[in-house]
Amino acid sequence: MIAPPKPDLVTVNIDGRDIAVPKGTNVIEAARQLGIEIPHYCYHPKLTVAGNCRMCLIEMGLPAMDPATKAPIIDPATGRPKINWIPRPQIGCATNASPGLHVKTDSPMARESREGVTEFLLINHPLDCPICDQAGECKLQEHSTAYGRGYSRFVEQKNVKPKRTRLGPRVTLDDERCLLCSRCVRFSREVAKDDVLGFVDRGSYSTLTCYPGRELANNYSLNTVDICPVGALTSTDFRFKMRVWFLKQTPSIDAESSVGANTEVWSREGVIYRITPRQNDAVNDTWMADSGRVLYKQVRADNRLLAPTINGAATGFQMAVKAAADLLHAGAVAIVGSGRSTVEEQFLARKLAAALKASVALVSRVGPGDKILVSADRNPNVRGALVTGLISALPAPQLTALAAAIDAGRVKTVLSLGEDLAAAGLTAAQLAKVSIVYLGTHQDATSAAAKVVIPTLTVFEKSGTFVNQQFRLQKFARAVPGPADVADDLVALAELVAAAGGGIISFELGALWTAIAAEVKPLAAVTYASLPATGLLLDATPWAGLPFVEGETLHFKPAAGPAATA
Amino acid sequence: MPAPSQRRLIFAHIDEPGYTNDLACYLRHGGYEVMKRAFQRKPEELIDEVKKSGLRGRGGAGFPCGVKWTLVDRKSGKPIYLIVNADESEPGTFKDRYIIHQDPHQLIEGTMISCFANNVKQAYIYIRGEMPHGARILEKAIAEARAANLVGKNILGSNYSCDIFVHRGAGAYICGEETGLIESLEGKRANPRIKPPYFPAVLGLYQCPTIVNNVETLCHVKHIAGMGGEAYTKIGTPNNTGTRIFCVSGHVQRPGYYEFEAGRITLGQLLNDVCGGPLPGRTFKAVIPGGSSAKIMRFGERYKGKRKVGADLVEYDWGVEDVPLDFDSLAMIGTMGGSGGVIVMDDSVNMVEALANINAFYSHESCGQCTPCREGSLWMKKITTRMVHGEAREADAALLKGVADQIPGRTICAFGEACSWPTQSFLAKFGDEFKNYHETKKTARPAAALPLI
Repeated sequence: MIAPPKPDLVTVNIDGRDIAVPKGTNVIEAARQLGIEIPHYCYHPKLTVAGNCRMCLIEMGLPAMDPATKAPIIDPATGRPKINWIPRPQIGCATNASPGLHVKTDSPMARESREGVTEFLLINHPLDCPICDQAGECKLQEHSTAYGRGYSRFVEQKNVKPKRTRLGPRVTLDDERCLLCSRCVRFSREVAKDDVLGFVDRGSYSTLTCYPGRELANNYSLNTVDICPVGALTSTDFRFKMRVWFLKQTPSIDAESSVGANTEVWSREGVIYRITPRQNDAVNDTWMADSGRVLYKQVRADNRLLAPTINGAATGFQMAVKAAADLLHAGAVAIVGSGRSTVEEQFLARKLAAALKASVALVSRVGPGDKILVSADRNPNVRGALVTGLISALPAPQLTALAAAIDAGRVKTVLSLGEDLAAAGLTAAQLAKVSIVYLGTHQDATSAAAKVVIPTLTVFEKSGTFVNQQFRLQKFARAVPGPADVADDLVALAELVAAAGGGIISFELGALWTAIAAEVKPLAAVTYASLPATGLLLDATPWAGLPFVEGETLHFKPAAGPAATA
Repeated sequence: MPAPSQRRLIFAHIDEPGYTNDLACYLRHGGYEVMKRAFQRKPEELIDEVKKSGLRGRGGAGFPCGVKWTLVDRKSGKPIYLIVNADESEPGTFKDRYIIHQDPHQLIEGTMISCFANNVKQAYIYIRGEMPHGARILEKAIAEARAANLVGKNILGSNYSCDIFVHRGAGAYICGEETGLIESLEGKRANPRIKPPYFPAVLGLYQCPTIVNNVETLCHVKHIAGMGGEAYTKIGTPNNTGTRIFCVSGHVQRPGYYEFEAGRITLGQLLNDVCGGPLPGRTFKAVIPGGSSAKIMRFGERYKGKRKVGADLVEYDWGVEDVPLDFDSLAMIGTMGGSGGVIVMDDSVNMVEALANINAFYSHESCGQCTPCREGSLWMKKITTRMVHGEAREADAALLKGVADQIPGRTICAFGEACSWPTQSFLAKFGDEFKNYHETKKTARPAAALPLI
């Protein structure tokens, strides 16, 4: 028995197949659910409908109604409602599902319309795919192959438009490739709230440009490159660097703030070339900030820590771990954890703190939130530290308590998990007064002052999980291998836990999560392998009263509580 | 059969000696009397009069005005706007301009009656950018009317207030398309809106219900309010009521504007009797009956079929000269009454060159928003320009048709039809001339021929 459709669903028929979709779903999305592609350029699910490319033209019809009874007329031959087909094609993007709507996506009329539009789009297009960065991920290329005629009737001169225009610090425009879909214009207006793009001139000479005296400089400008269906808008950073089909995609998380935008890291042979957003409708839709896209540059930064050192002299990993363990055994240890560590690292840090009976502090990082996809909390995983129990109160920007303890002589050894203690308010004298063990990625004042330095991996070189501002547990994967002499953070921490007498804990993620699930109550039901790509929302009620610093961002409203009054 | 005499309703005082465009002159000729009486009636009655009159829009599409008014969303609680479409830019059309220049108060009176009927508190006259003089005249006329309490607050001492503003376009044909006009009036690029969902009657100017009517249409409203809808239907023919203004241009002895009862005059009577026939020594070759976007008619061709006369179906067999000038007859034979711009071409005209001219216009005026019109209009222009100025090929005829066939019905607005119908119809009616143009080009052009665009 077929269950009756839910009341808010309407049944439409696409290419002879019925599907129930929520009212208001457009034909492109309804067809997508059936696995039918309706090609389009200007339509984007996260932007308003413009209906200007005319690529999604389909044939559409509605059931014929008996004017007297208002009942659908049944065709006696088929037993199905008689359909009145509209004699001219309609655009799928602006046609919303209505009861009984019938659509043909592959009728002669629809096919012929697409062929026509494809031909029109190509006549003034430079056809420079061999030197175009978009090749391989170009909708015009794909649709021309799938829906074009395969030959040209155009013998006239093509239109000439500006090439290599600098639209802003990160975006380069080739107007000849532009097919005037207006996605970038709508994105700038509707999402980035920076309405600087528009068209000048008329007809086929219409040209995308920036408002005079302005530039496309907002922190979301590179999203226009992502949504550009052709190679008109290109990333100045990525331009001419690599063919996209050579690149490997790894799902990752933007670590620049607690929003935790889902990202895709594109790499080849251990080198990252670009970062793009990955769709997560509950977090970042299809967008991400430009500032998150350049983070990969830290992987190959000049000041990267590449080998373990003891008192400044290079050494092996095991020697460094032993030296660190010796310092920690001396007692009076303070651990400075990090809101940038993964949940797994924070769990091991907690085990280590428990074994050493050490105090734990975190350093907060707060900047202005942009109300879009960069929140005020610039640590990606403060909530992970709360969930794992590493800390129970929100961190402060300065380590004042630790400074006082050092001054009072109550702390002899400080273990920093990637936090620069000088930046967190400790003076050089205070740093000199204690033995420092530093697990970090880049050189700074702390690594310079440390007795033992064990280099660790950046977020792109390891796998793990973060808990974002929504208390959404999101995983990311290793995109590129780390430097040769650098061990995984989890390996170093597990070794230190073992050396501190905290027991043997596996650093392999699957097994480690078994331990986490067993010990951390909010994560009891979680396994790493089964975490969905779009994350898992945790129960936030235990921490509802904390004065979190985040303001409103896309898909996030701070709970009205102490934060609002603070 | 001799042509009937003109029936001047809208153009009653156009070019009348001594008639000026100021308020005093208009009042002397009984101006605003209709409005005064109309304001004593219920607005619904006025809408009913217009519905009864069968008035069809004079901007080109011929959409029934009363139906347009009924479609307006009156339940939204939002203000209703009325826009006077004075963006008359269809090549071959020059009727609204005369109303604005010589009888602006007729337009203002018609507008105010329409506003009153539809409970509109704010009207805009969107006038073509190339008519600065007309805009000044309208500004002055509105100021006069406002000073006389015929426009503005508490008109004629009533509770009803309504103001009119003149807004000048910036010189784009597409602003005559109602949703493009609305975008332009809102201060944006005149990109026509997609329908659905942006029907002006529901989501028009500033997303409020909006009525957009042509200048001449609103003038007709004044006369309908004056004589009553029933009496108005007696003018013209059933379903094509009232008078029509024909703007005749091109190769006739007496080009100009002529107002006749709709459907009571044939094309032959208009061109031969009224306009004096072809120029000496020439013969008619082709005529575009409703502005340059209407499909062309070729002299000598026959139109056959059946048409409704009253309740009966009657066979007809017409030559070009026999076609009655009304919306339905012209639509029946595959062209349209459009804006009433009748463009006449005689045997001195080469059709390829004429089409090159039309294509140059439409490619220049495409707004560039949607693909088929944007690319198709320029491509057709490039082909015809190359044929005229460079290498013409035999294959170009088929290519032109192929390009034109990919445009209509697939665009956001009716510009797709406007820019492709000329090419389609020129090719259908004069295909040989296009196929043989490469041969024609080998012979020298007549010394008297006009320079090519």
